[in-house]
Amino acid sequence: MKEATIQLPRQMSTLAADIDSMYYFIFWVSVVFFVAIVGAAIWCMIEFRASKNPQATPPGHHDVLELFWTFAPLILLIPMFHYGFKGYVQAMVAPSDAIEVRVRGKQWAWDFYYPGDTEPSPAELVVPVGRPVKMSMSSQDVLHSFFIPEFRVKRDVVPGMYSSVWWEALETTSTYNAATNKVEGEALDLFCTEYCGRSHSQMLAKVHVVSDADYKAFIAGKDKAPEGKDLAEVGAELYKKNACNTCHSIDGSALVGPSFKGLFGKNESFEDGSSSPADENYLRQSILQPQAKIVKGFAGKNMPPFVLKDWKLDALIAYIKSVK
Amino acid sequence: MSTAVATNEVPNYLTSETGWKSWAFTLDHKRIGVMYLIAILLSFLAGGIFALLVRIELAFPGETIMGPDWYNKSFTLHGAIMVFLFIIPSIPGALGNFFLPLMLGAKDVAFPRLNLMSLYCWIVGAGLLLYSIFTGAVDTGWTFYTPYSTSTQTSVMSTTMGVFVLGFSSILTGINFVTTIHTMRAPGLHWRRLPLFVWGQYATSVIQVLATPVLAVTLLLLTMEKAFSLGIFDPKFGGDPVLFQHFFWFYSHPAVYIMILPGMAVVNELIATFSRRAIFGYMFVAMSSVSLALLGFLVWGHHMFVAGMSEYSTMVFSALTFLVAIPSGVKVFNWTATLYKGSISFASPMLWALSFLFLFTIGGLTGLFLGTLNVDVHLHDTYFVVAHFHYVMVGGTVMGFVGGLHYWWPKMFGRMYNENAARVGWFLVFVGFNITFLTQFVLGSQGMPRRYWDYLERFRPLHGFSSIGALILGLGFFVLGGMFIHSLFRGKKAPRNPWGSAGFEWNTTTPPHPHNFEVTPIIRRGPYDYHLATEEELAST
Repeated sequence: MKEATIQLPRQMSTLAADIDSMYYFIFWVSVVFFVAIVGAAIWCMIEFRASKNPQATPPGHHDVLELFWTFAPLILLIPMFHYGFKGYVQAMVAPSDAIEVRVRGKQWAWDFYYPGDTEPSPAELVVPVGRPVKMSMSSQDVLHSFFIPEFRVKRDVVPGMYSSVWWEALETTSTYNAATNKVEGEALDLFCTEYCGRSHSQMLAKVHVVSDADYKAFIAGKDKAPEGKDLAEVGAELYKKNACNTCHSIDGSALVGPSFKGLFGKNESFEDGSSSPADENYLRQSILQPQAKIVKGFAGKNMPPFVLKDWKLDALIAYIKSVK
Repeated sequence: MSTAVATNEVPNYLTSETGWKSWAFTLDHKRIGVMYLIAILLSFLAGGIFALLVRIELAFPGETIMGPDWYNKSFTLHGAIMVFLFIIPSIPGALGNFFLPLMLGAKDVAFPRLNLMSLYCWIVGAGLLLYSIFTGAVDTGWTFYTPYSTSTQTSVMSTTMGVFVLGFSSILTGINFVTTIHTMRAPGLHWRRLPLFVWGQYATSVIQVLATPVLAVTLLLLTMEKAFSLGIFDPKFGGDPVLFQHFFWFYSHPAVYIMILPGMAVVNELIATFSRRAIFGYMFVAMSSVSLALLGFLVWGHHMFVAGMSEYSTMVFSALTFLVAIPSGVKVFNWTATLYKGSISFASPMLWALSFLFLFTIGGLTGLFLGTLNVDVHLHDTYFVVAHFHYVMVGGTVMGFVGGLHYWWPKMFGRMYNENAARVGWFLVFVGFNITFLTQFVLGSQGMPRRYWDYLERFRPLHGFSSIGALILGLGFFVLGGMFIHSLFRGKKAPRNPWGSAGFEWNTTTPPHPHNFEVTPIIRRGPYDYHLATEEELAST
């Protein structure tokens, strides 16, 4: 493990050390070449300035010198290519015993499916330390890219195709609190690095690395509704976690979709000319099958359908009711 | 058409004919070059304004001056305008059109009407882009990646059509230059005596002719997919989005060389003139342009190392990419060697040439990080890439273009400019540029993704610093703009050969005769043979 430097983030996966040593190798080669070229140029600029050297010497041929600097750089280029490719293959091929998490990218949120899951867990990825973990990724709409700087992993997430990254984390960032059913502590940032439209820069997620035991506890407890909490409060958390907030405001302003402010009970008019009151059934349908009824003025926005457990739907609807 | 020439004065192309028709229907390569220059400088201004808007928005996290929709449109327009309207036509369209025939000792280019048509293609293409801005603008990035570009509601159609038409402008210029160089060289001007500017334009033109049609086909397919829902790129209709990237970069990587080779071409002339010495290793430098043009066709895949290609393809593309370092290195080494035992003066054009040498070296060396597969995985699509290509495109091509403009301005318009203002402008641009983009290398290697409207708190100081640099950079160009406008009206009259250059283009009167030369010149030496040039040729009168 190495601390963050000015240039590179902290090394937190087994892949990072190799990548970083290549980075620094190229960095120092570049520094040497830059200093040599610029140094030579500046020395010439001083030594052969017109006021000191009024008459230039016409150059002759120097084919040996030309051939030397045509081919000598290969001595450095070939190792760069070789070790770069070796590291790349290592980063591309996941060990067969890796834990496989399915990742679904969509405008503008990340969904994670742990082994055996049919329902996604949004916005927070929890992985165990010291074990290879493989992300098996696809996209629901446009191109996205999965990037965690501390692990040095990145791969485009493409509709109509699967891609993957893997890593083995070197240290934990968080712990799982069974009492509150929450992962607590520092988290790493997961970025989308392929431009995907309006809220590209909001397409982030948190990555928690926990101990193996905590990971198992997390998997066991993740689908239980938290107890002893106000339903609307739980819904408020889900509103953020599921990235509803990237398209639906709570202050009345229209983002990509209609605002939640004062939505419940309002009479909504739709693109097809019909209208109906925004009651529980309307909200439920709009989450599960967003294309069924499109609010007037929001045609072509293509909200993706959400798959959510009933307790989560209850909580979200309770929250929307509370936004007045 | 009226011809108004004072009896005892040598006619010049600017005043020999008057009236708007004499410009709109001119076949004179010099007038077409001047019109290209005006068009290109206006585009540079527009692209620059969008760049400043982007950097001001990014000066602080969250919303500073615009929301995400306009931010996305601004960075798209900055890229599209700078690439398609400014850099690609800049040096060939303006400086190449004007000086290529002069350097060849020719009366004009081979196809003067085609030349005028290329300008009009540019105007129509630019008009379509302008139309797209007023109909809501486009937010896909200049790369138009599918399926986002086929699903977004913004005006993708008029933008791609604009770029499609602009492609023809580029192809026509390329065909014209290749033919001109082959057929219209003055007696005695054999290939080993060609100015390196001409060699660079030759290599560029070959790429323009061969690569641009691929972009045209790609954009046409994209438009057809959007209009008729054909399944080419969008998986919803059975297409493949990665295929679009292959098509797009098959043009757009060679296009990088369409952009940088002319910059290198100009720098050869500047370094030779202000070192008063032939470019060291002339033939190696000339051939390095040609080999860059050829290698440029083979490395498009390095834009897609994390896009989902097979490991085998990435290996081949990475290996070929490293080969690009060789001709690039050959150029830099030879330029440095040219300075050795030269007689170096530091007039403003030389300052730009030396800036090119320093900044392009950084741009080239940082390319090594991105060509190395496993390092690229970390750096891909971060600000490191943004910084890298700005060091090549701005630190390279723009330095070459502005340097060339300073160098040839007196010949083009018959006026000198204020040298002190030129130095102040250069200093601001050089310092501002490095503050802006050196910072972005660090931002990128720390993990800041590109094309982000908002960013995490930890990136705040570097983004702020980069934005300050952009303002200094903008101020520098503002000074230069004022200086050139001042020169047009108040500048001192320029002599025939203000820099005492041995280049052939300086042999004609200032501003040049409408037919370039009164008699066809006979070439008896190379363009950089200061030891063979007569004192009369080199006299800065």
